[in-house]
Amino acid sequence: MKRRREDYIQTGGTEDALAASAETIATAADVSTSRKRFRVALALLFLFLILSAAISLSVGYQTLNFSALKTDATARLVFFQLRLPRVILAAIVGASLAMVGAALQALFRNPLAEPLTLGVSGGGALGAGLAIAFGLGARVAGVPLVFLAAFAGAGVSVVLVYRLARTGGAVVLPGALLLAGVVINVVAASGVVLIQYLTDYTRALQILRWTIGSLDVVGFDLVWRMLIFLVPGWIVLLFVARDLHLLAIDEETAAALGVNVRRSERLVYIASSLIVGTTVAVGGTIGFVGLIVPHAVRLLFGEDVRVVLPCSFLLGAAFLMLADAVARTATGMGELPVGVITALAGGPLFLWLLRRQQRYSAM
Amino acid sequence: MTRNADKSEQIVETQARALLEACSLHFAYPAAKNATEVVRGATLAIERGTLAALIGANGSGKSSLVRLLAGILTPRSGEIFFDGEPLSAIEPRKRAMRIAYVPQTINSVFPFTALEVVLTGRSPYAGRFRFETNRDQEIAREALAAVDALHLAPRSVMELSGGERQMVALARALAQQPQCLLLDEPSSALDLKHRAALIRHLRRLRDEQGMTALVVTHDLGLLDPAFDVVLAMRCGEIVARGAPAEVLRDETLAEIYGDAQIRARRVFDRTFVWSEL
Repeated sequence: MKRRREDYIQTGGTEDALAASAETIATAADVSTSRKRFRVALALLFLFLILSAAISLSVGYQTLNFSALKTDATARLVFFQLRLPRVILAAIVGASLAMVGAALQALFRNPLAEPLTLGVSGGGALGAGLAIAFGLGARVAGVPLVFLAAFAGAGVSVVLVYRLARTGGAVVLPGALLLAGVVINVVAASGVVLIQYLTDYTRALQILRWTIGSLDVVGFDLVWRMLIFLVPGWIVLLFVARDLHLLAIDEETAAALGVNVRRSERLVYIASSLIVGTTVAVGGTIGFVGLIVPHAVRLLFGEDVRVVLPCSFLLGAAFLMLADAVARTATGMGELPVGVITALAGGPLFLWLLRRQQRYSAM
Repeated sequence: MTRNADKSEQIVETQARALLEACSLHFAYPAAKNATEVVRGATLAIERGTLAALIGANGSGKSSLVRLLAGILTPRSGEIFFDGEPLSAIEPRKRAMRIAYVPQTINSVFPFTALEVVLTGRSPYAGRFRFETNRDQEIAREALAAVDALHLAPRSVMELSGGERQMVALARALAQQPQCLLLDEPSSALDLKHRAALIRHLRRLRDEQGMTALVVTHDLGLLDPAFDVVLAMRCGEIVARGAPAEVLRDETLAEIYGDAQIRARRVFDRTFVWSEL
């Protein structure tokens, strides 16, 4: 502080306040900057990601055996065509859902927002269900029709939910946002059930298996196809990270600071629908990853959305790899859907956050 | 005092000096069906280095006018000029380096620290993929210190009182290093001590840095002698403009508020305003 003490006191400050502020300036100087925190966070999360990948790759129906991998062709096949693609699928799905959750929370200024609670996953599931019922396996330019249908379903949901929750001005009603999400989820789930009843037996079974949600995959073919959709979505979200940081604090001031609010919103809608649609089409609805991971990142590394987005990406990848490893090994026989694991962890967290938010808004 | 009738002369007269000008602005919120215009032909000019107050009844269009001037809203018709340049021709980030908007309060649902909030005032100066530099950190701290709020830097804005949040919002605007501040009812949540402190800060900024400020306020009692000029709005138009002592008169206030019960008297070189009950 460059101003002199006399100035300070003259302009209305008290001696006590001066002493207090002198003390806090020292601590304020120690507050680490977003940049420093970002570097530390990236380093730590990369390490954790590698560790998680190692754990996830080594556990399973058969524990990884390196010597067998060298000599045994079957073991090699199992590892490279089943386990490795599955772990990578878990990583990209987890990273995607977590980053979308972080982006939606910032855009809607609502800590309870995530693809599942806003009905985006539900809409995507309905779209994918319709595609399976009508045109299973059809591809447009090498892209599974299921992806496109899920993308459309997710897109309709995200726009619908926002329109419903937005008042005339810049205010998004947090309660209305979540209620709209709940209604869309219920309607979409009923739609999926209806489709199952109306289609023939084999397709109904396929839809059922897919709604339970699984990261079962053979080979890398599907992973590459997903990345065609996911990578642009990731890039778009990182591109608007700065705008989301400003929007998370206050929409009007963000606009005054030069953020093109409408454009940023549209980019987030499109990227989120693309990402959620694609992951839902492959793995079914895996809930709460987008809730748990961004909140963990915030607790660890602070609120700066420019830090939270990429860190949620890394931690989301690690989290879903570990959750899938648990799903594969927990029961000792057969595997659990990974969505069960994430919901068991995420449900209680959601309730806790809800309670905390009520406490804040009551203040 | 200049009335509506000779408004255009006023504009011509001040064209050389005025920092912020608006010519017959019209605006209606697009969401409303058959929207009536909330701003109807508002015309104003604010000279460099003046502290201007914008008064008027609830719903007279004050907040909308300020949002138009800040570039948050876009007028249906009419033009805003900043330093002679049309506002619509200035790139939004460049605009944010000249004009800063201060909202009523900061209602963040996430526990951002006060310093983080103030640092967002530096975003017009930073690249899309860059964090704030050490210089930005310094400027943000100086901005907090300028409103005696440096001690709030590490605290979550969710824990701050209304007055403290207001200071953080003002500090963020100062971190933009603007030439002009636009404040939307900054004193609505403040007690008398903090209202006076806010005006003291604004006056000091004007005297030390030549800052121009337009403040939307219902605090008629603090206008004279704190402000240089008072603009009054009614039904989306600027209906009166002048020094506080000129605008704060029974007949003018009756016209602005459509209420003949409002009284103003000048005592101790100040104008006191009240309403008969």
